[in-house]
Amino acid sequence: MTTATDQHDDHGHHGPAKGIMRWVLTTNHKDIGSMYLWFSFIMLFIGGTMALIVRSELFQPGMQLIEPEFFNQMTTMHGLIMVFGVIMPAFVGLANWMVPLMVGAPDMALPRMNNWSFWILPFAFGMLLFTLFTEAGAPNFGWTFYAPLSTTYAPSSVTFFIFGVHMMGISSIMGAINIIATILNLRAPGMTLMKMPLFVWTWLITAYLLIAVMPVLAGVVTMMLMDIHFGTSFFDAAGGGDPVLFQHVFWFFGHPEVYIMILPAFGIVSQIIPTFARKPLFGYASMVYATSSIAFLSFIVWAHHMFTVGLPLQTELFFMYATMLIAIPTGVKVFNWVSTMFRGSMTFETPMLFALAFVVLFTIGGFSGLMLAIAPADFQYHDTYFVVAHFHYVLVPGALFGIIAGVYYWLPKWTGHYYDEKLGKFHFWMSFIGVNVTFFPMHFVGLAGMPRRIPDYALQFADFNAIVTVGAFVFGFSQLILLYAVIKCIRGGEQASDEVWEGAEGLEWTLPSPTPYHTFAEAPEVK
Amino acid sequence: MTDSPKTGFKAGKTALKLVLAAVAMFGFGFALVPLYDVFCEFTGINGKITGPVERVEQWVDTSRTIKVQFITTNNAGMPWEFEALEEEIEVHPGAWTQVEFWALNPTQQDMVGQAVPSVSPSEATEYVQKTECFCFSQQTLAAGEGRKMPLIFALDPKLPPHIRTVTMSYTIFDAGAFAEK
Repeated sequence: MTTATDQHDDHGHHGPAKGIMRWVLTTNHKDIGSMYLWFSFIMLFIGGTMALIVRSELFQPGMQLIEPEFFNQMTTMHGLIMVFGVIMPAFVGLANWMVPLMVGAPDMALPRMNNWSFWILPFAFGMLLFTLFTEAGAPNFGWTFYAPLSTTYAPSSVTFFIFGVHMMGISSIMGAINIIATILNLRAPGMTLMKMPLFVWTWLITAYLLIAVMPVLAGVVTMMLMDIHFGTSFFDAAGGGDPVLFQHVFWFFGHPEVYIMILPAFGIVSQIIPTFARKPLFGYASMVYATSSIAFLSFIVWAHHMFTVGLPLQTELFFMYATMLIAIPTGVKVFNWVSTMFRGSMTFETPMLFALAFVVLFTIGGFSGLMLAIAPADFQYHDTYFVVAHFHYVLVPGALFGIIAGVYYWLPKWTGHYYDEKLGKFHFWMSFIGVNVTFFPMHFVGLAGMPRRIPDYALQFADFNAIVTVGAFVFGFSQLILLYAVIKCIRGGEQASDEVWEGAEGLEWTLPSPTPYHTFAEAPEVK
Repeated sequence: MTDSPKTGFKAGKTALKLVLAAVAMFGFGFALVPLYDVFCEFTGINGKITGPVERVEQWVDTSRTIKVQFITTNNAGMPWEFEALEEEIEVHPGAWTQVEFWALNPTQQDMVGQAVPSVSPSEATEYVQKTECFCFSQQTLAAGEGRKMPLIFALDPKLPPHIRTVTMSYTIFDAGAFAEK
């Protein structure tokens, strides 16, 4: 663990370069972290607007506002942008900012690659978004792009979609490589693996998942590309291929992907709860092992997305039990968070509120996941709004609330100012109410049989859908409060102390607020 | 950067290993394709049939009769008339049986079709033996041409006793883009 200090040069003492080229050429982990976070924030509003277009159409039964083809483009692009353009880049942004500060490293291990992996993203999403303005329209086959819908029957814009996925995959893989190289090589002396903060641990495991499955995603879209343009038939039964193969390969990527989108949030919450409960995290080692178990299990459960595709009974049983097994390590985590709070001196600042909402609402999403894991019951739930409710509960008040909690938690450290606590609490309550009004009724319409991805629905679902749409607008517009709170915090506010939060532990809180442009040029000593 | 050259070198090595891992996983994605076929063939799931087999006269289990159903489907956009001349027959396990299918190309062009077989329940797949099937090769029909296509099969006498009905389904695809020359 030599983080090295002997050749101390002047470089560390001047600030960032001036002007726009600072951002284009930067190799500073804090600059790149900020760019990732702003990028995903912009994408959140773009993807959110698409969700609100979908919800507006679904406000009443019948076709009101948009064409069904455009509706399909909106659901597809909403999913792709939220998964690949919001949640994943936001986590990479937080990792860029916080991992070097938490392990006592001067920067990421591969700073130039870091710059590259960020700057690929705007081009990947630029390419994906511009298909909206082409004659063929944007991709319309759902974010899971099942073949042959995405091959034989796809709009011609599918090729841009494929290259977009390639580019964002390369970006994620490079980001993951950088994070692993930083964690394994640049830790401060004395920072053993089992002393690392949990956010670093969860990101280390997530990065391994990314390296294992993003290439498989790249592979599956490459097969699509070859089927479409080069006359192969990986997924075309007429040429000896098999469309079900697509689903196997896709979900072999897709299931670890859902853990990629939640494990770093587990890490953030595991940092925040001990701070505001003023107690060390309960069961640190079991948290590490639980995270590793979840990562391992994520590779052997993919076919639970495909129960209705015609799998043999034994296969269904295997994937059903393997899926249910995941509830055990996840339960360990939830109980550890609750035990951390037990008899703690809790206070309820905004990051803690978001973390608490995460624990409760993510658990609801976990339970509906268990219901979906029951293979015979899944035949009823499959492709209904129940599934939509389930994965939005784990991704919105799960992953997204985790990210927002992290932003409020570390914002004073980044900017040197406390954010406006009243505004933060207002944002929390509007989001909390909005998210539940939006997604909770979806459980009921789903169980009653309303299918997902359809622009029209039967009359009996009308009232619940109207409520859902109102909730979606409340939730969507509440995020403008976050935007305002962040800008206000950057511009000024009460000076933050170095420790920022009374109960905070860890290397990042030993640094001044705001963090200097270069930190830990001299590696700190960890006892 | 204030890294010593040593740390930079170590990080580079880690990165190189990880790049290799990513490349290997890209390859693994493609390896899933043959692995999937091998797995399906090995377990008989997915109703994928191997064949043709050598015709061997075997013991005929006259103590039970199995209902065999034939289902034909046209893949989207395939204009051929395609049907089984007998939709349902009863056979004894072990007995060789021939049935006929009918295909007609009603269009003005010569076309190549490929039938893709599947067996339900998938458990029965490994007990279906075919010496001849139109699904083993592509079928070329000239414009307006119709043809009877044979299927010769037997059920293995070892067919588990709880299986009383076996459904063989054939989906005909327009294989013009994949025509074997």
